[in-house]
Amino acid sequence: MTYPGGDYDIIVIGAGHAGSEAALASARIGFKTLLLTINLDSVAMMPCNPSIGGTGKGHLVREIDALGGEMGKNIDATMIQCKMLNTAKGPAVHSLRAQADKKAYQFRMKEVIENQENLLLKQQEATEIIVEDGKITGVMVTTGAVYNCKAAIICSGTYLKGRIIIGNVQYDGGPNGLFPAMYLSESLEKNGIELQRFKTGTPARVDAKTLDYSKMIIQEGDDQIVPFSFETDSIEIDQVPCYLTYTNPQTHQIINANIERSPLYTGEVVGIGPRYCPSIETKVMRFHDKERHQIFMEPEGLNTNEIYVQGMSSCLPEDVQIALYRTVPGMENVEFMRSAYAIEYDCIHPTRLKASLESKAVTGLFFAGQINGTSGYEEAGAQGLVAGINAALYLRGEQPVIIDRSEGYIGVLIDDIITKGIDEPYRMMTSRAEYRLLLRQDNADLRLTEIGHRVGLINDQRYQKFLAKKEQIKQEISRLNQVIVKPNPENNEVLKSFGSSEIQHGLSIGELIRRPEVKYHQTAVFDPERPVLHWSVVEQVEVQIKYEGYIKKQLQQVEQFKKLEHKLIPIDLDYPQIGGLRIEAAEKLKEIKPLSIGQASRISGVSPADISVLLIALEQRRRSGDLKGTDNE
Amino acid sequence: MEALLQNEDTIAAVATGMGGAGIGIIRISGPDAVELGNKLFVNPRGKNLLTTNSHELVYGRIVDPATKKDIDEVLVSKMLTPHSYTAEDVVEINCHGGIVPMRKILKLVIACGARLAEPGEFTKRAFLNGRLDLTQAEAVIDIINAKTEKSLEYSVAQLEGRLSHKLEELDNILVEILSHMEVNIDYPEYDIEEISYDFVNSQILELLNKIKDILTVAETGKIYREGITTAILGEPNVGKSSLLNTLLMENKAIVTDIPGTTRDTIEEYLNIEGIPFKIIDTAGIRETDNLVEKIGVEKSKALLNQTNLVIFMRDISKEMSAGEKELIELLKNRKTIYIANKTDVISGMDVEIPEPWIPMSLLEDQGIETLRQKMIEMVFEGTVSQEADYLITNTRHIQLLETTKTSLENAINTMASQMPLELVSIDVMEALEALRGITGKAIGMDIIDQIFKNFCIGK
Repeated sequence: MTYPGGDYDIIVIGAGHAGSEAALASARIGFKTLLLTINLDSVAMMPCNPSIGGTGKGHLVREIDALGGEMGKNIDATMIQCKMLNTAKGPAVHSLRAQADKKAYQFRMKEVIENQENLLLKQQEATEIIVEDGKITGVMVTTGAVYNCKAAIICSGTYLKGRIIIGNVQYDGGPNGLFPAMYLSESLEKNGIELQRFKTGTPARVDAKTLDYSKMIIQEGDDQIVPFSFETDSIEIDQVPCYLTYTNPQTHQIINANIERSPLYTGEVVGIGPRYCPSIETKVMRFHDKERHQIFMEPEGLNTNEIYVQGMSSCLPEDVQIALYRTVPGMENVEFMRSAYAIEYDCIHPTRLKASLESKAVTGLFFAGQINGTSGYEEAGAQGLVAGINAALYLRGEQPVIIDRSEGYIGVLIDDIITKGIDEPYRMMTSRAEYRLLLRQDNADLRLTEIGHRVGLINDQRYQKFLAKKEQIKQEISRLNQVIVKPNPENNEVLKSFGSSEIQHGLSIGELIRRPEVKYHQTAVFDPERPVLHWSVVEQVEVQIKYEGYIKKQLQQVEQFKKLEHKLIPIDLDYPQIGGLRIEAAEKLKEIKPLSIGQASRISGVSPADISVLLIALEQRRRSGDLKGTDNE
Repeated sequence: MEALLQNEDTIAAVATGMGGAGIGIIRISGPDAVELGNKLFVNPRGKNLLTTNSHELVYGRIVDPATKKDIDEVLVSKMLTPHSYTAEDVVEINCHGGIVPMRKILKLVIACGARLAEPGEFTKRAFLNGRLDLTQAEAVIDIINAKTEKSLEYSVAQLEGRLSHKLEELDNILVEILSHMEVNIDYPEYDIEEISYDFVNSQILELLNKIKDILTVAETGKIYREGITTAILGEPNVGKSSLLNTLLMENKAIVTDIPGTTRDTIEEYLNIEGIPFKIIDTAGIRETDNLVEKIGVEKSKALLNQTNLVIFMRDISKEMSAGEKELIELLKNRKTIYIANKTDVISGMDVEIPEPWIPMSLLEDQGIETLRQKMIEMVFEGTVSQEADYLITNTRHIQLLETTKTSLENAINTMASQMPLELVSIDVMEALEALRGITGKAIGMDIIDQIFKNFCIGK
């Protein structure tokens, strides 16, 4: 039996990291939103590592914040340790990572959601999507309620037909002991959305009181915490350390002796696992020359003994897991609280999505997070936010927000998955970004806050503050280029004390800062009229001056990139009908339906010659008059 | 990326065939065409291409802006957009000096910033800019597709195939360096070896050496661009002149007569299946004298040393002469094609010339095709030039290799100025992109794949 459950503008299925951002964004923009979760206690749950950020991922969190998302604020409020990674390298690859108190993280996010205007959170398992004339019209849940909607966002994580694997013990299950969602897959397939199986895994959680930290190396956070959110001024907390230890030949021997009991090696697991999250058995088997592997002990929160054993994910049987964990120094007497497991789940082919994250098969249906084949809380959150914004813009009848590869990691992420397709869970890395020097974590606000304000997620007060910061940066750079340091003995003495060379004629402070060894703050001695500026302004001033040459070079590359991105391709172009296009290319193009020549050129299997043919076909079409509105420059 | 931006940059090429008449046109098309052409053009009355009228034909000279050396006497016209063949700004340089100055001018134009046009590219631009009608579109597509198919058809592909092996070697090293750099950037907390600038530096220096080697070969590869130096030798009246004329007649690709270094030598250009042959024809040979008798053994040897290929011909209806024996001796261990002429007069006789030889009757049109095939074969067997077993002839490829080199040199400077790793990576990536411009392979997941292959990372 079914019954009418009410009318909503937007329904979000799943309240993990993608779902939370999606629902908050759609409600904040002003649409009546329903957020469904299989279990109210799993809102914004972190079923794997207890940390947010890291290389590439930290960038995503800052971008989410710059657009008006919640993740940055949530981790700022609930972190128990924070570290800026890669500080020995340049500013483009500095990456924030914080250890979270998992429960606190969940509770805060749930509270924000519960108190959000226009947003209702419900414990319900979605079982069917209702599609009429190719458009989403509602969602049905297990209890028989049918909620009507104009748009829906599926953020089902790893729940769809989730299957847990611990050695030869296998059963249907969701992450972290929760129920799987066994019905929605079928409804998706019925509506033309093809599914594939992916796999991921997580290590055991162990009891801190059974660990001997004296045999491990302490890993502390930074003295000065840089917040994730551009709105958080400072974070003052007592930080909790992590600990580092290593596997040894004994560990590896146990793995070797029991490898035939690993379902990864017996072929029982069909899902494709990520290469960057290899299980300990995979690491040992693939890199047998490596004498030891790093293991980090990461606390799961302040009010729990549970410790996440990073580096030791496994789908070996439980008895083998315990035996191999106990070979590691400091873990001789370790007791498990939760065993390591692998999980297999259904996900879609992200090439069947538009850049807005809307399905090409069902109008008004959006997808975000692990269902799209990605991995990671930050990747999920970023997509959730974009899907939330675009579902709202779709209802407003406006063009979607599409962040391109030169504007943000979010753009790189979405363009990668919808264009290149993926055959393993996708994790963000800074190497995936072509314009890495421009996409720094420190300038995410300068890149994206404008968009956040335009769609209505950044309020006027924050926006004014942002504009003021932008102006200050501009002014200070121009001021520094005008303050001249004279080549007198005193000044040269100071320069020498910085380890810098003497000057023969007057140089501006800007020119001095361009020297790799000279820092902005050091030049204060030459600059009596220096204004007092916020550290984030100083940071921008210094980076923009110091790396100006390289930044310009990347901006030129971006200019070329944009030319191709602005050559638009109509969505209804009949690729197989284009003479001269190779069959392989035509098929790929037909599947992905790139929006621009630039996107087409990134599809594997589409050659430069195919692109030439495509350009000619577009011109033919334009001349025959049915390519109106296409910007062909 | 570069290949895709074809409508944005300025391109140049010889617009008339490289053969035929002595007059050739070099066409420059694109936004910088006029400025670029003006850099090379000198008018006796101080006229300037920037200020001449569109479609005005101006007389002047092409002068190398770097060396101030005079290249050729020319007539130049500029045609401003949209009233030109491509509908872009176009400059056409009409020169009459034949292939050598034509190539020199083209090289200068490219050195000034133009890109060598792809086959069919002027036509393609003309179409994209609305100059040609719809029915011509398909022809343009054919040209674009032909480019790849044609190169496969010919054995040039073999030699270029070996080049691509070389490039692949460079590519692998670059990907390797980048994966080292990137794993350090993306996995800062893993116990992988910290990458040092010393290491990157030494790898890049090694790469630079390899690139320099290839660029040197590009210089020797010039013989393929400018012609395989070929001599036709034999006794008087054995049919050399007829052979030469036949070859030239069958080929509409005679370029021009160019006075040689001595008054005795004439160079004829011949094009067989796209491979240029520069036939050195001493006046002596063309007339009636015996080479060795005429210019002496030493000089003959010297001349032979300048040739890549010799075609030796004798009249088998006659007895072998002392001169012929002497020549055959001289030709030992040289790349030689032997021809037994006048098989129409006599056949099945002991021809007394080294194997393998080609029976020929010019009167009955026999053997010419075999000779042509043999000439091509010898080029591609690598028997003609032994300097390298690969070939690089494409000017665009050479340009891209130069870019690769410059980017790598930038990387070295970036490291020397203590800039952070991710900036070095920009330079190295640029090098890889330029290199991939030659092979046409996209930079996709290569580096990330390499990272996961070589490093044990991940939680």
